This record gives sequence, C-alpha cells and structure tokens, in this order.
Amino acid sequence: MPENTPISSTSSNHRIEHFVADIEQTPLQATDSLNEQAAPLSLWAEAWKNLRRQPLFIISALLILLTLTVAFFPGLFTQTVPTQCDLINSNAGPDGGHPLGFTLQGCDVYARLIHGTQASLAVGVFSTLGVLIIGGTIGAIAGYYGGWLDAVLARLADIFFALPLILGAIVINSLPAVREHRSVWTVVATLVVLGWPQIARITRGAVIEVRNADFVVAAKSLGVSRVKALITHVIPNSLSPVIVIATVSLGVFIVAEATLSFLGIGLPGTVMSWGNDIAAAQTSLRNNPSTLLWPAVALSITVLSFIMLGDAVRDALDPKARKR
Amino acid sequence: MLRFIFRRVLQVIPVFFGSTLIVYYLVFSMSGSPIDALSGGKPISPAVVAQLTAQYHLDQPFFIQYGIFIKNLFTFNLGTSFSGRPIAAIIGQAFPVTARLAIMALAIEAIFGVTAGVFAGLRKGKLFDGTVLIASLVVIAIPTFVLGFVLQFVVGVKLGWAKPTVGSAADWADLTLPAVVLGLVSFAYVLRLTRTSILENMNADYVRTATAKGLSRRRVVMVHILRNSLIPVVTFLGADLGGLMGGAIVTEGIFNVPGVGNTLYRAVLAGEGPMVVSIVSILVLVFVLANLLVDLLYAWLDPRIRYA
Repeated sequence: MPENTPISSTSSNHRIEHFVADIEQTPLQATDSLNEQAAPLSLWAEAWKNLRRQPLFIISALLILLTLTVAFFPGLFTQTVPTQCDLINSNAGPDGGHPLGFTLQGCDVYARLIHGTQASLAVGVFSTLGVLIIGGTIGAIAGYYGGWLDAVLARLADIFFALPLILGAIVINSLPAVREHRSVWTVVATLVVLGWPQIARITRGAVIEVRNADFVVAAKSLGVSRVKALITHVIPNSLSPVIVIATVSLGVFIVAEATLSFLGIGLPGTVMSWGNDIAAAQTSLRNNPSTLLWPAVALSITVLSFIMLGDAVRDALDPKARKR
Repeated sequence: MLRFIFRRVLQVIPVFFGSTLIVYYLVFSMSGSPIDALSGGKPISPAVVAQLTAQYHLDQPFFIQYGIFIKNLFTFNLGTSFSGRPIAAIIGQAFPVTARLAIMALAIEAIFGVTAGVFAGLRKGKLFDGTVLIASLVVIAIPTFVLGFVLQFVVGVKLGWAKPTVGSAADWADLTLPAVVLGLVSFAYVLRLTRTSILENMNADYVRTATAKGLSRRRVVMVHILRNSLIPVVTFLGADLGGLMGGAIVTEGIFNVPGVGNTLYRAVLAGEGPMVVSIVSILVLVFVLANLLVDLLYAWLDPRIRYA
C-alpha cells in the first residue's frame, strides 16, 4: 500500500477522504502484535527479564559467584597451606608460587586471602538470613495485624534501633560469656540482635501498603483465612523493598565483622577472615602496606558487588525507576 | 503540629528506658561480679567487698539498681572509675572532643554530600555524575578503619599535611583528618541520596509550574527542588549519628583522639562496667534526642507528616 493514500469510500455518492496514517506508521501495530493468549509476566519474571540485560547485574553476579566458589572450594585457588608460616619470610615480597608476598609472621598473603573468604562471607550471609527471618516476621506481623500488636512491636524495634550497630556489638561481644566462646556464630548472633529493626521497619511499611490491596480483599472474601492471606498474598507482594535492603545489609555486615575483628572482639584470632588479616596487618602498614591492601581490596570488592546487586535489583523491581 | 510534637516526645521515653535497661542488664547481670572485675579475680578482704557492695548497691534487686543508676545519670553522680577518677569528670573531658569530631564529620558529609549530589543530579548522565557515582560506591565499600589507616599513612606520614596522631589538645585543626575519615562513608550515602531525590523531584509538576511562571533556574533549583529533595537526606543525617558514634570508636582509636569512643573502648576492654554503662547510656540519649529533632524538622519541612 502506498503511503498516506486517502481511503476512499464508495458506499455513498460523495467521496469522503479519510487521511489516515498507514498502519505501519502507527503504534497500533505493536498493540496488535501482542499475543493476547499469553499470560502476563509476573513482577519477578519481568524483573528477571530486565536484570539479565543489565551490565551492572551481570558484573556483580559474576563477582558474587566467584566469591562463593572461593568460599566453598578454596583448594581450587591455592595449594599453599595458609597456616604454615615461616618467620624467614617475614614481610617478604612476592615470589614464585606466592603472588602477593608474605605477612609479618611469614604467612602467605594470597593463601590467607583465599581461605579467609569463607568466614567473612558466612558472617554476611547468615546475619542477613537472621535479620530477614526475625525482622521480616516481626515487621510483617506488626504491619498486617496493626493495633496494639503493631504499637508494641514498633516500640520494641525502636528500642533496639536506638543501640547503634558497632556500639552495641562492642558491649555484647565484650561480655565474658560471649568473649570466651567467640566464633562466627556469636558475631552473627550479635549482628542479628542489633540489625533486625531495620528490616522490620521496611517490611512493616511494605506490608501496610499491600494489606488492603484489592487482591488481598478478594482472597479473603473467597474464604482464605487471614494467616493464609498474609503468607500467600501479602508477603510475596511486599518482598521487593526488603530484598533490596537485605542485599545491601549483607555488605554492611561483612564490614561490621571486619570492624569488630579489627577491634579485637570479632572473630577469634584462630579463624581466618579478611577482618582479622587487616587487623593483623596494621602494625606493618608503614613498611609492608600490601599485607593490609589485599584483604582490604578483597573485602571491598565483595561488598561493592553486593551493593551493585542491590542497585540492579531495585531498578529491576521498581518500574518507576526503570523509566528514568 | 503541637499534637505531633507531644506524641513524638512521649515516644522517646520508652525507647530511652528500654535501650538503657538492655545495656545495663547486659553489662551488670551477664558479666559476673563487678567486684571480681575490679580485683582482677584475686581474693580481697571481706571489708572491701562489703564497702564496694554498699557503694554500688550490689545487694539491691536488679530493678532498684537500675533505678538508682538512672537517678545518678541525670544528676551526673556517676561514681568513680577503677583508677579513682570521677566518671562524670572523665566524660566531661572526653565529650567535647567527640562532639567536635562528630559535628565536623556531619558538616563535611552534609555540605559536600549535598552539593555534589545536587550537581550530579542536575547533570545526570554526564561525566561528573558518572565519576561521582562510581567513586561513592568505592568509598562505601571500604571499611572506615581501612580508610583511616590509608589516609593516616598517605596524608599524615607521607605527605605530612596533617598530624597523623591527634594527642591531648585535639583542637579543630587537629581533628580535620579524623573528621574527614569519619564523615567519608556517610558522605557517599548523602551524595547518592541527594542525587536520587533531586532526580525524583526534577520532573515534578510544581517544578514545571515554577519554571513556567518565569522564576530563574537558580531559584527553582535552590528553593523548589532542593527543599523538597532534602527531606530524606535530613532523616538520614539524624539516623547516621548512631553510625558516627560507632565510627568514632574506630576513628578515635586510629588517630589517638582523647574522645568518648576511645574512653569507651578502653573501659570495655578493662571490664569497667559503670563507665561502659554511663557512656553508652549518654550516647543512646544523644542518638534518641537527635532522631527526635530530625523527626520534628521533618514534620516542619513536610506538612503531610504532621497531619498523618
């Protein structure tokens, strides 16, 4: 069909000319080509489709995958035993088989870096899971049921929120009962006890937004019980802001572990972690900065990849932000 | 507005008592006997034990002890440290130093963070925006104590632009480097928050109206966009005071600043219960009051909060 041909009507005596744009020039054709039979993508499927195209997501996901591999299979990356240290090598530079040199105690920096991944990552992952379970449950219950339960739980969250993370962690971790049994789990427990209010607040806000939505009311009017409506309808639809904050918190918890270990009340010295390595390296900063540099770089890259993942997920889950 | 202020002020009370009660319980009921901590676990004479028990009310039930502590806290009658100095005097000496440090850090992050955030937001997608965004991510990912060591080494030792350790005088000039270190991470958050907020408001209807009625670009940005964009930033700054107090423990340790954080850390390591509880309670009070102030400011900036 030639362009902009007036469509003539021959049904009557007058010739009526309709100047209508050709169908190929209108946006209508996109609408027509939609498959009406196909089920619409869910929020998550849509987000996933969007995520796969983002370079930020791909880079951070690959970095996190690499970190996880290192944490689970350190043997794939180094054959050197990280605890076999020889003072002859104290502060020695890199040489064959020891690409990053040695610490003050003559330990291989690279091997300690690889074997320290597990503890640092474990603290981040388990603390995040802990705050998600505790903070998520409390926040969801407070937001969903409202009333006096909400008032009590919100005050409880406020009380714990008033104890700053590092400040509170120093007090808890220096208690004799905790100090004598220091491990990954005591650090995780401390961070969870102090960190849950943030997730609770976010979850509560998200649940309040969703709890009176039409689909929840519809589910209830179809005879779904209140608890079941909360679990199957409200919570899945209020997860997105929570996931974003949880991803970023994971990085914050890794940094917190390092800070506590640096202060001497985090992981015990027998556990290899980036925080412990940085703390041990502070004495030789002026003559061998690389012992401090490498664990710090590893820690920062890991934290950075979780922050970038959080950014990417937020963009994917928030259609309003996507347009910008 | 008055009703809002009243309700918000009332909320402070349970929060303050709840959090100080937790700290008090942790330090005194879970740490074993404070007398053992004082004597280092060595046997001491019953007369001294009796005197200390009476002095610290150790024979009273837990809640009475807590009540006495709160009363003493508000009358600044905090007892003496293990070394015999009055705790109130130690805090009185250390507190102004930390306050100076925290104010400088807050000022640095607020002034530089908001300015850079506004420029990045207004020039979205340009070189400045991209550079600033990447740099802020890197700063966020580096722990404060690593930043502290590196800046102390580079600026203090190698370049000699600032004193690497602060020492007892701790005046404004000495505290500049520690304040930069303390404020740097939050600076990055403020920057990103301001930028996002500016972007959200830039296309709002009221901004278009302001431009359409012929206001200068400068006035539109400074008054209309900025005021509305600052609301989340102000909230963050208030909540960040808690982070600054935690960060102060690390920063003061690295730069040898004779502030509250340093005093607290040494008290924690020495197991000085009364000192730890007093300092933490004061810090919690400061944090709670700062958040109260922020919420009131928030309500003043955004009328929607007042009437909710």
